[in-house]
Amino acid sequence: MRLITEPNLTAVDDFYEALIDAHRDLSIGESQALNARLVLLLANHIGALDVLKEALTAARAGAVPGGP
Amino acid sequence: MRPHGPVDFQTRTYDYIRSPDQGAEPTARHPVVVVGAGPVGLTLAIDLAQHQVPVVLLDKDDTLSTGSRAICFAKRTLEIFDRLGCGERMVAKGVSWSVGKVFFRDEQIFSFNLLPKAGQQRPAFINLQQYYVEAYLVERVAELPLIDLRWKNEVIGVVRHADHAVLTVQTPDGPYQLRADYVAACDGSRSAIRELIGQQTSGRVFQDRFLIADVKMKLDHPAERWFWFDPSFHPHQSVLLHKQPDDVWRIDFQLGWDANPDEEKKPENIIPRVQALLANSTMKDAQFELEWASVYTFACSRMERFRHGRVIFAGDSAHALSPFGARGANSGVQDAENLAWKLALVVSNQAPDALLDTYGEEREPAAGENIRNSTRSTDFITPKSEVSRTFRDAVLELSRHHAFARPLVNTGRLSVPAILDDSPLNTPDAPDAPFDPCMRPGAVAVDAPVTLADGKDDWLLRQFGDQFTALVYGDDDLAERLQVAVEDLVPLRVLSVRAPPRGATVRTDLPGSVCDREGLVAERYDFLPGSVYLLRPDQHVCARWRRPSVEALRRALKRAIGLPGGDPL
Repeated sequence: MRLITEPNLTAVDDFYEALIDAHRDLSIGESQALNARLVLLLANHIGALDVLKEALTAARAGAVPGGP
Repeated sequence: MRPHGPVDFQTRTYDYIRSPDQGAEPTARHPVVVVGAGPVGLTLAIDLAQHQVPVVLLDKDDTLSTGSRAICFAKRTLEIFDRLGCGERMVAKGVSWSVGKVFFRDEQIFSFNLLPKAGQQRPAFINLQQYYVEAYLVERVAELPLIDLRWKNEVIGVVRHADHAVLTVQTPDGPYQLRADYVAACDGSRSAIRELIGQQTSGRVFQDRFLIADVKMKLDHPAERWFWFDPSFHPHQSVLLHKQPDDVWRIDFQLGWDANPDEEKKPENIIPRVQALLANSTMKDAQFELEWASVYTFACSRMERFRHGRVIFAGDSAHALSPFGARGANSGVQDAENLAWKLALVVSNQAPDALLDTYGEEREPAAGENIRNSTRSTDFITPKSEVSRTFRDAVLELSRHHAFARPLVNTGRLSVPAILDDSPLNTPDAPDAPFDPCMRPGAVAVDAPVTLADGKDDWLLRQFGDQFTALVYGDDDLAERLQVAVEDLVPLRVLSVRAPPRGATVRTDLPGSVCDREGLVAERYDFLPGSVYLLRPDQHVCARWRRPSVEALRRALKRAIGLPGGDPL
């Protein structure tokens, strides 16, 4: 399996709103903790290490100038 | 005169006895000198002696381990001690356990059982103070005239030559010299031998401090491993509780890097920590006394190569580990077992010197695996960055309600024997004869209940002895043919395993055979009639077949002892 990077969400705007809503009224620290729990939940749902590593690489490319 | 009654192994001293080698002209030469009479050096010396190799074993002082130190001895280590004739004493004295519980703050989030497979003689772990382990090994040494154990013999010089090494040894009577065909350096994490030959270890030092407190108290608490993250009685740190024999409890308190080791070692500072732990339990008023305490830091590091010509390193001298996972002493004992039979074959000219290179080729990756596990546990237990702590806490938080997160909780991945997958001594499985991968070449033999020819119930691993073993399933003719075929190579015990009879009674009326009483041997080894496993003296599988020819077995044996002509058919 490969990481899906083509559009795959069933309802993009609904998802985005729910994501932002989930963080409402949280401090930065609380939001970071929530994100960490979210990553872990989704990672378990995906399961496959190769897909997860691909996602990690793609995500890190946004953080490192000139990355991946 | 030795006093009657129980011996206090913590204060026991052993006599220095002057050796005829001191002042001898010319300098005495020995096939093997083992340096360091800790668990690793003692194991190696006993194993060599059981292989009929004379051993000089040097130790720089005259006492056993100071404090309980390594307390968790794994099933594989006990099986090795069984073969060396002292496992039963360890298990009888030790506290057997296989259940661990994990707490986050004050709530239990997780429990695990390390022995999912029943039908093995030994428990997943026993807890036993290191001085007992050493004392029992020393008693076993005393039964073996081939071992010359010399207390208060400290190596202060090493000169390496192509075919031997010369050691300078300091004693109460002054220094003397010894020549050794091979030197096994089992002299611990601050190895003098390593220093003397200009080698070092490299790896990571962890910026954290831990307090070990051994506390004597009568506590009505199960023999389980309890681990707390961030408990209210010791906030923001971890705590580990373990039961030892003699009503001694091991408590490890994480202190953080800023703690002052000299202050933390003082009883007036330790006692309130223990009281706080007890106040949190059902044993609020337990009376206790402090038996031993130490504040420690640790590193995960290793030598790049374990063999340096005629000097070979085993145990902590070769690799240092964090305590999480009980991998230090247990992996050291496996090092010793791996080295012993190879040294024995080489010094008796049954195998080429190159066989000793495979000690490093097998045990260096094993050390790598132990360090990887140990490092990962340490990073989970003591996160070193903000984000690492955020994820760690997220895992703990989620594990309260979600099963998926519990396997991510890492309080130490407890020692299991390394699978020597890449060993050059393995004969790979034939592609057209598939087997379950569990017991593949490189894996260590797993135990199962059997019935002996005389009708007694026993255990499979007990039948192997110190030499190579061929396990032949359900085919006595094949067993007989294989036995005759390799007599010129190395000693081989052929053990015929019979299927359980379909009737009510078990018949094992032929010698050299065992009955697979409960069918667990066949299940665990994926046996079919005619299947054969070849096991090395250290009980690792080195080859297996569905129905081998005599030539296939000969080749696998040659390969396993580093002789030419060992390519698979």
